[in-house]
Order: sequence, then structure tokens, then C-alpha cells
Amino acid sequence: MLEGAPKMDRPETFSTVAKTFESVEQPIGAWEKLCNNASARRVVLLIVLASAWELYARLLNKPLLFPTFGETASALVGSVSSGELPKAAWYTVNLLLEGYGVGLLLAAALTAFANVSRIGADLLETLTSMFHPLPSIALLPIALIWFPLGEGGIVFVLIHAVVWSVALNTHAGFRSVSPTWRMVGRNYGLSEFRYILRILIPGAFPSILTGLKTGWAFAWRTVIAAEMVYGASGGSGGIGRYIDENTMVLRTPDVYAGLLTVIIFGLIVEHVVFRTIENRTVRRWGMQG
Amino acid sequence: MGATPLLQVEGVTLDYRAGQRLVRAAYRVSFNVLESDRFVVLGPSGCGKSTILKAIGGYIPPVEGRIVLGGSPIHGPGPDRIFVFQEFDQLLPWKTVRENIVFALTASGKLGRAEAVDRAQHFLRKVNLADSAHSYPHTLSGGMKQRVAIARALAMEPRMLLMDEPFAALDALTRARMQEELLELWGETKSTILFVTHSIPEAIRIGNRILLLSAHPGQVKAELNSSSAPGLASRIEELLFDGKMAGGAHA
Repeated sequence: MLEGAPKMDRPETFSTVAKTFESVEQPIGAWEKLCNNASARRVVLLIVLASAWELYARLLNKPLLFPTFGETASALVGSVSSGELPKAAWYTVNLLLEGYGVGLLLAAALTAFANVSRIGADLLETLTSMFHPLPSIALLPIALIWFPLGEGGIVFVLIHAVVWSVALNTHAGFRSVSPTWRMVGRNYGLSEFRYILRILIPGAFPSILTGLKTGWAFAWRTVIAAEMVYGASGGSGGIGRYIDENTMVLRTPDVYAGLLTVIIFGLIVEHVVFRTIENRTVRRWGMQG
Repeated sequence: MGATPLLQVEGVTLDYRAGQRLVRAAYRVSFNVLESDRFVVLGPSGCGKSTILKAIGGYIPPVEGRIVLGGSPIHGPGPDRIFVFQEFDQLLPWKTVRENIVFALTASGKLGRAEAVDRAQHFLRKVNLADSAHSYPHTLSGGMKQRVAIARALAMEPRMLLMDEPFAALDALTRARMQEELLELWGETKSTILFVTHSIPEAIRIGNRILLLSAHPGQVKAELNSSSAPGLASRIEELLFDGKMAGGAHA
């Protein structure tokens, strides 16, 4: 026997335990609710920033350099209602989707090849380490030589902007799929194609989504810049060309309106499209890193 | 016993690659498992018991010997032998609890979708998780996840259930309850179970036949019948540790 425990004589005790407890709810006040709402806080912040802009522009009083928020907003409304800006935005988005789509297909082909053979994996890793750090804009001179007119050059640099980050992330995602899920998938006797579709892709989805987001961000920056460079040569144009042209004729509020459009599109895609995908997939599955 | 064994493991030697080296996990292991056996493979860590189970699952080809299931040798993994792993992440996190079972049944071509849903619901009721059918796995506790994995394995009605320390990562109280539940389920289905563990009490509780393995590499030391006779645990300990523990905790 072990020595040292107290030798005091204590009775054993028993008590009855309540079966259920009613949950205690405290009502939350309207103000607290508002403070807890992230979008409400952001809206307030945006209003403050817009007011600061308006105030500073009025104090500066140099409308050609720095138009007020009001002027910019009315230029935006004017360009939208005249149909000029929606047309430009539509053109840009079409171009972007074209480049993004082809980039995704190419990335899928590269990763598929990397998944089935070691040479494929070496090829993918070598190509991405070479081209991923190369900014798409740096390829514009070559694109201009290869595709002197039209949209081919812009799509070309867009593909470059998208393909490497998507391929890199998807490849890394496939590699990090848990060995247990792999064994579970093999256990059901899935065919190779269904194994990739039903186990590897969902298993790697957090990484794939990161790749898609990064690819989209690169593509969006690239398309605007490329349009500005191409602006002078092409016939019709997108938002980049719209900004460029208005700069030439010193319609500064319209330039700002163009920039605002770029920002708004970026926000919508980041916070509505990708956030929705995230909420319906990796967040619901408890897989976000 | 005259019955032909369901599973025959004959002189199986297994290697696995650890970095640059090839490690011998098991050496010339032989045993037979009969229909409706609760066959436990027991041994210390490093005795290759998980590797043996993976070889029966078809994930690792033996370098020597052969594994025969129902008269034909094993080639690769298949839905006639369903694994229950120790890891809690064995459920696919992108599917709900019920869809995890439905996917197993439809992906292996066992059932159409409608029947698969019915059977999934039936087995979820059996493990008392019907209420969690539409939850995603990450919202469940460890014990619940293992229950779903067991329900999924039973729903597949495999010829053999391969359980790789399924309760090892659970707390002691949950573990004891899960052992009880597994035995109850076995009472209803009489499935053939091959169960790997390093816990002597668990082996005695779960198994009707116990295979003892030595470590580095795993070799068969004994094959015993399990019973509730009081001397069994210390007999196993003596066999596993070559009598070095005798006179210690169990005088």
C-alpha cells in the first residue's frame, strides 16, 4: 500500500442531479447588434472616408488634380447612364473571363499531367518556379510584337497571370490530401477518374480556392494595365482604355470614376463571389486553414 | 473445427519504406480467421500489426507469402474489406454524416442512391446518430466520428471489417462504451472482425481469438482463445514481455 494519504475518516456523499436546465437568454440591444455587424461597421467607415475625401478636395480646390467625391460620383452616374462605362466594363469582364477560363483549363491539364507522372510533376514545378515570379506586365512588349492588334495579346498575358498560381496551388493541394482520405477512397474501389473527382479535388479544395482567388486578383490587375498599354491601338476598349482616354483629355472626375469601377468590381468578386463559395464549401466543411 | 477459414494469412513478410531505409515490419506471419470471428491482433508498438492489416486491406503487397480471402488471393484494396481507422479524419469532411455512408455505398456500386439513403439511415439509427445525419463531420465529437465510421463500415456489409485501433484516440470512458456498443452490433450482424490493438484489456474484451505479436519485426508469439478467466491478462503479459513483468504489477 502507498503511505501518505490523509487518514481522516470521511463519509461518502451522494446527491441528485437536475435533469434539464433552461437556457438563459439575454436580449441584445439594437446598438450592440449594429456594432456586432461587420458590414454595418464597414459602411460607416466608407461614409467617413468619403466625407474626408470630399472635405480635403474642397479645401485643395484643384479639380483637375483631385476632384471632389461628389464630382466623381456624378461622373460615375453620368458614364453609367450614358452606357459608356457599362460597355467598357462588359468588354473588360469578357476579356478577363476568356483569359481566366483558358488559364484554368491549362492549369488543370498541367496538374493532371503532374498527378499521373513524375516527369509531369517535375515539369510543373520547374515551369512554375520559372514563370510564377515573372510579372505579366513584363510580357506585354512580347505580346505586342506577337499580337500587334486586338485582344489576343491581352488574353495571352491574362493566361500567364492565372495559370501558374492556380496550377501551383492545386498541385500543392493534391499532395497534401490526407493519406486517410486516400485510403478511404481506394477502399471503395473508385476508378482513377472518379478518385480524382470525388476525393482529390474536394480534399484539395482549400488550396484550389486559394489558387483561384490569387489567380483572379493577378488577372484583374493585369487586364486593366494591359488595356492601358493596348488602348491606343485597339478599336473598342474596356475600363483601362476608358481611364486612359479620359486622362488624355483631362476629364479627371471620369478618370476617378473609372478607378472607382475597378475597385467596386474587385470588392464584389472578393467579398460576394469568393466569400459565397468559401461559405458554402470550406467553411461549411470545417476545412479552412 | 472443420470450417474452412475466411481469411488465410500464410507466411507473410512485409516491408515498408521509411525515408531511405526499407524496414521489415512483419516476418513470416501466419494465421487463419474464421467466419464471424472477432479476431484480435495484439502487440506492442512497432510489431507491424497495422502494416499487416493494411496488407490484408490490399494497400501493401507482401514480399513473401500470400493472403487469401474466401479462396482467392488479394489484389489491391476493395469494398469487400472495409477499414475503420484510428484517425478521426477518416470521414470525408465535405460530406454530411449520412452522405459519407451513402457515398461509400454508391461509389462502390453496391446500391443505388435511394436504397443507399435508406440503409445509411438504418445504420445511423443503430449507432444512435440518426439526429446527426445532416451534420458535417467537423461538428461531431471524436466518439461520434468513430461511430459514424463503424456505421459506414457495417452498412457496406463487407466480408471482413478491418479495424485499426479504432478507439485508441478516445478518452477511457468513451472507449469503454464504444467497446460495449461494438459487441452489441456484432451480436446483431455477426460480421467477421479483424481488430488491431495494443491494449491487453481491449483485446480480451473484444476478441474471441487473440494473436500475439513480438516487435521489430512482428512475429507470431502465440494464438490464444479469449475468455473471461482471470489469469488471461497476466498470461498475455508474460508471453509478450518474456516474463520480465512477472512479479511486478501482477504478483
